[in-house]
Amino acid sequence: MISRVQVWRGDATGGKLRLYNVEVNEGEVVLDVVHRLQATQTPDLAVRWNCKAGKCGSCSAEVNGRPRLMCMTRMNIFEPDEVVTITPMRGFPVIKDLVTDVSYNYAKARAVPSFVPPPNLAPGEYRMQQVDVDRSQEFRKCIECFLCQNTCHVVRDHDENKAAFAGPRFFARIAELDMHPLDAYPADGRKQEAQDEFGLGMCNITKCCTEVCPEGIKITDNAIIPMKERVADVRYDPVRWIASTIRRRRPSES
Amino acid sequence: MSETERHSYDVVVIGAGGAGLRAAIEARAHGKRTAIICKSLFGKAHTVMAEGGIAASMGNVNSDDNWQVHFRDTMRGGKFLNHWRMAELHAKEAPERVWELETWGALFDRTKDGRISQRNFGGHQYPRLAHVGDRTGLEMIRTLQQKVVSLQQEDERELGDPEARIKVFAECTITRLLLDDGRIAGAFGYWRESGRFVVFDTPAVVLATGGIGKSFKVTSNSWEYTGDGHALALQAGATLVNMEFVQFHPTGMVWPPSVKGILVTESVRGDGGVLTNSEGKRFMFGYIPDVFRSQYAESEDEGDRWYDDQSNNRRPPELLPRDEVARAINAEVKAGRGSPHGGVFLDVSKRLPADVIRRKLPSMYHQFKELADVDITAEAMEVGPTCHYVMGGVEVDPDTAASTVPGLFAAGEVAGGMHGSNRLGGNSLSDLLVFGRRAGLGASAYVNALGGDRARPRVRDGDVSAAAESALAPFEAVEEDGHENPYSLHQELQQTMNDLVGIIRREEEMIEALARLEKLKERLPGIVVEGNRQFNPGWHLALDLRSMLLVSECVARAALDRQESRGGHTRDDYPDASKQWRQVNVVCALDGELSAAGTGSIDVRRQPLPEMPPPLLELFDRDELAKYMTDAELDGLRRPVQPQAGAVR
Repeated sequence: MISRVQVWRGDATGGKLRLYNVEVNEGEVVLDVVHRLQATQTPDLAVRWNCKAGKCGSCSAEVNGRPRLMCMTRMNIFEPDEVVTITPMRGFPVIKDLVTDVSYNYAKARAVPSFVPPPNLAPGEYRMQQVDVDRSQEFRKCIECFLCQNTCHVVRDHDENKAAFAGPRFFARIAELDMHPLDAYPADGRKQEAQDEFGLGMCNITKCCTEVCPEGIKITDNAIIPMKERVADVRYDPVRWIASTIRRRRPSES
Repeated sequence: MSETERHSYDVVVIGAGGAGLRAAIEARAHGKRTAIICKSLFGKAHTVMAEGGIAASMGNVNSDDNWQVHFRDTMRGGKFLNHWRMAELHAKEAPERVWELETWGALFDRTKDGRISQRNFGGHQYPRLAHVGDRTGLEMIRTLQQKVVSLQQEDERELGDPEARIKVFAECTITRLLLDDGRIAGAFGYWRESGRFVVFDTPAVVLATGGIGKSFKVTSNSWEYTGDGHALALQAGATLVNMEFVQFHPTGMVWPPSVKGILVTESVRGDGGVLTNSEGKRFMFGYIPDVFRSQYAESEDEGDRWYDDQSNNRRPPELLPRDEVARAINAEVKAGRGSPHGGVFLDVSKRLPADVIRRKLPSMYHQFKELADVDITAEAMEVGPTCHYVMGGVEVDPDTAASTVPGLFAAGEVAGGMHGSNRLGGNSLSDLLVFGRRAGLGASAYVNALGGDRARPRVRDGDVSAAAESALAPFEAVEEDGHENPYSLHQELQQTMNDLVGIIRREEEMIEALARLEKLKERLPGIVVEGNRQFNPGWHLALDLRSMLLVSECVARAALDRQESRGGHTRDDYPDASKQWRQVNVVCALDGELSAAGTGSIDVRRQPLPEMPPPLLELFDRDELAKYMTDAELDGLRRPVQPQAGAVR
């Protein structure tokens, strides 16, 4: 079958959609089509990809305007006569064609304070219950495709907010560390920093990030909202603030 | 070439997967200014695709496990061709390396008493694989990535510059190693984004570039797996061992065609999945080789009981080492008992409830649902062999990971010897950690021994210009050279390797493969690249193809040389394992120098396999050793081997 596919071609100085007629076979995904274009029509078409199995989060783009992994987007979800439009993620500066400059995310990753190992436990002595690691494990499923960062309207068309706002990926990262049973970071420090330094307050929980997450991580419900609630609690209730600092200092008993 | 971007480091690590990151962390811990160079973005390395787990004899699930049992399993899996010292270090150090990950923030699945849970896997006597569902590789890469970030945060606090002592050069490809009097002096490469060149002055390079799967048509490997490190080692004058041993993972997806080769984790079988043919028969019971007969169940009942009671039953043959299962599937399909799309059936839906499958195998559930419209909680998957891993690689000193070239180190899949003729599942992630760390240590010690800056090897300007000229050659090619398309050439290479040097091999086919490789080599200089140097995949592939061709020739030549069948090397014309060949390593080296177009000839020679010392031999019973070793080797044992009684402490 021959499909009509439009791909955005260009670089930082500008570009436009180009239409291609390209063969599509049974079971193929958008990334297969992009590869066929490279092999047969336009060998210098720039695209990032690695695993082609939805595990590495490299081939993020927008297909008919929706942020998606190209390797997990089947061609048969489109009507046979539909023109499929592939554009680079809009939230990041274009480098070339479908490749964008995602360095914003790596800068934010470096700003989030790392896991602090418990000082009183040697390697091999860590004991944690599965139910206690489940919550953090959900966030550690993140494949860093940055589709959530791309979608979040706080920064999608507002570059000026990027300095003050870490984005959903890194709220999930902070929540993951905050919920880690053995993280020895100062009590409630992570939540407070999420609010004060990473722009948690700018999120108004429209859940766009959750909607585009290819791993199905409930970023808004399970990471952002619990942190927002706790920050509010701690801020407005001095007794709870003191109690929470004491509670977090006790070593894990499991 | 004064305008070329230039950096100076103590240690340059090429590759940012498990081995590369672990090596870099270690080198930085020893005060070395360290660069990490990777072809993709940071955190996208092929390690993320590892699913099953990290093998380490922590004994959390079965306390009978210990390093000796792990060592035995590894040697058996590799059919006793492993470098014994690597297998020993690996088995001894793996638990420490896993526990260390926890201190860096890793969150493994837990046992009931709160320790790291361990799962069953092919060839491992006890539940041994630390895991996180079926996304263990992602957990490992993220943990190492975040450890690198935490070191950078330390440097920022201490020195005001996060990249003062460890820096990641992402989307940067190294095409040449630069030498000074036979020692490593630097590395030359290009930025993928801009196409601009970059030179690293460094006395020590750690290769951690992974494997070679992209030379085969059906593969579980990503585009990065083009054998760059293997090729760079050859170019620098180092040797490769065991290149004939290529692992075909028994279970890759077979349908739809666009996903053919994508991995289906061995955990499916570890967690109870069974393999059946088109007649509904669990055929693996018919494929248990003599050397393993005493360790595997004889009936389906016994195999089924093993999942609940491992002390009184033997494991089902679905959990034989990968080479055995892959050959069996191949044979079933050839005999006409395959599934509709040319594989066999793998079914876990009858063993586990749907919610447990979704919890234990979430990626597999998702992958089949999304890509093949198959619900693995209710129906069987169709699976078949896929090129997955190369056991062969750079010949290294086990303790330091040093190659035969001063200043050049290698760890992980790009290094050879550890896995012998066949790698056990789960032994790869542990290999990356154990030998990544050792390579970082080895490189640091080498740099220390060099002394001050003046003693360091120097990059020659002429070598930099030659490397630049060579890298630009695909833009210079003209119509008369043939106007080759890199994508077509790549497809031809993949087809050749798949058809003629694949899972089952014979002499005539490999000779034919070598002839075709020779023709491809002649056509390589004719590749014409369109467009400019800015993020140009056609150009990138043209350069990667050089590595693929060189490495493919090593595989084909080594495979032609080894006249026996063992592990990941099956010869139709020499179907049995030979005790004489077990004593031999086949070694590849570059004969002469590379041409400007990046082609060269490969020289093959045989050298003796290092002999396992008696204390390790004594971990096996003599009858078992007699299946692998010659009488002369057994006579060499100083005292009779004790019969194996339970676990050896």
